[in-house]
Amino acid sequence: MDAIAKATRQSFRMRGRSFVALALCPVVPIAGWLEEIDVTLARSPGFFAGKPVTLDLSPLDLSQSAIAHLIKSLEQRNIRILGIEGVDAAQLTTSMPPLLTGGRQCPLAQNEPKKPEPKPNPISLLLDCPVRSGQSIFSEGDVTVLGSVASGAEIVAGGSIHVYGALRGRAMAGSSGNATARIFCQKIEAELLAINGYYQTAEEIDVALRHRPAQAWLEGTTMKITPLS
Amino acid sequence: MAKVLVVTSGKGGVGKTTSTAALGAALAQMGEKVVVIDFDVGLRNLDLVMGAERRVVFDLINVVQGVAKLSQALIRDKRLENLWLLPASQTRDKDALTDEGIGNIIADLRTKFDWILCDSPAGIERGALLAMRYADEAVIVTNPEVSSVRDSDRIIGMLDSKTVKAERGERVEKHLLITRYDSARASRGEMLSIDDILEILATPLLGIIPESQEVLLASNVGSPVTLNNAASAPARAYTDAVRRLMGETVTMTVPVERKSLMNRLLGRRAA
Repeated sequence: MDAIAKATRQSFRMRGRSFVALALCPVVPIAGWLEEIDVTLARSPGFFAGKPVTLDLSPLDLSQSAIAHLIKSLEQRNIRILGIEGVDAAQLTTSMPPLLTGGRQCPLAQNEPKKPEPKPNPISLLLDCPVRSGQSIFSEGDVTVLGSVASGAEIVAGGSIHVYGALRGRAMAGSSGNATARIFCQKIEAELLAINGYYQTAEEIDVALRHRPAQAWLEGTTMKITPLS
Repeated sequence: MAKVLVVTSGKGGVGKTTSTAALGAALAQMGEKVVVIDFDVGLRNLDLVMGAERRVVFDLINVVQGVAKLSQALIRDKRLENLWLLPASQTRDKDALTDEGIGNIIADLRTKFDWILCDSPAGIERGALLAMRYADEAVIVTNPEVSSVRDSDRIIGMLDSKTVKAERGERVEKHLLITRYDSARASRGEMLSIDDILEILATPLLGIIPESQEVLLASNVGSPVTLNNAASAPARAYTDAVRRLMGETVTMTVPVERKSLMNRLLGRRAA
């Protein structure tokens, strides 16, 4: 048994790793710099969340108590410091983050933006054939159908729905919370129309509109269906 | 080049089996070598309409499971020597069909026949899916009423997504066959008009088969309507449809029964 135990004993292994960290470079007066940080955090509270942060104190000459105060102030703002650069090892106590050396500049591509970028517009979907009964079409963006949508078919779109044919099935526009989405069709015979969760069934749609080109849109919480002339 | 043609509809009772038998017989009458396959396992009917019910020994399931050879299960028609039937099993159900088994049978039949007509069961389940699975072309049988039209639309959607051709990015060529059409009732607005159906289904029309007692008469005596009375209105409509299927251009008309002089004098309806 001993021999086997020896043979299978794992050796102590270590691997090198490099990571990109945000390096904070405080400027004097520290109080003013902290206010700047507060402004940034007010604008995007999660700015530092989940990101490794280091302190670069090389342009400053801070005392040990000043460094301790700075780290504490940052901790109060939920910014935890991973390590400190540009100070004398003697200035750091054991309770402080360790000294880091050998840091290099690198671009901070996606970590830099101060506010989250607006989502790119979802791609719209074009169907050049009729949508058959039983088919379900889903798109984050607009849906355009060159043909009819059969009874028993459904189209769910994050944006607007355009049907260049008869709409006989269900059409649900603005499904991801877009109240400005609209539904357009050449011939309205729909089973159900919905925009942003507000819907009308075939029974509720004005009989005078049937078989005519029409559009549906939201006015507050009521759905309006008007002829397209 | 053999062509695999599925006769399908979604809805039951619209005339798939009658149409398969009539189209198959008409193709055979034109000299094509034809096999009609009954995919309605458990509810087989094609053998009755073809008048071969007393000659069934082996069936499709036996061939799928390797119990019988294809040549043992094929039944040759007594009237047309180039028309064959591959019957379904009446004692099994559609779960006994396998994709691979059907694929092998179809591939085998392709080497022996000009036309392979698959009579689909109603519904959109396994039997219907496997009947259309290997099709090159499809005849969608529709009655002029809303439920049949909607079900046909569903089936067209499946032809465009669940067939081998569709999965390869090709298209199954689709033809619409309107059966049980009554021009008088359609003109009174009691039935959907041809234009309404074509507008909803957006599929090219293969033929219009008029409602006729000839169809029931023919199936009762176990004969495809095109064989039983080739001069009858439905037989002429099916023959026209087959000529269109073979690429001929035939003007679209709804054949009417020819009333004999006697019937006219007596004022009776011929059909």
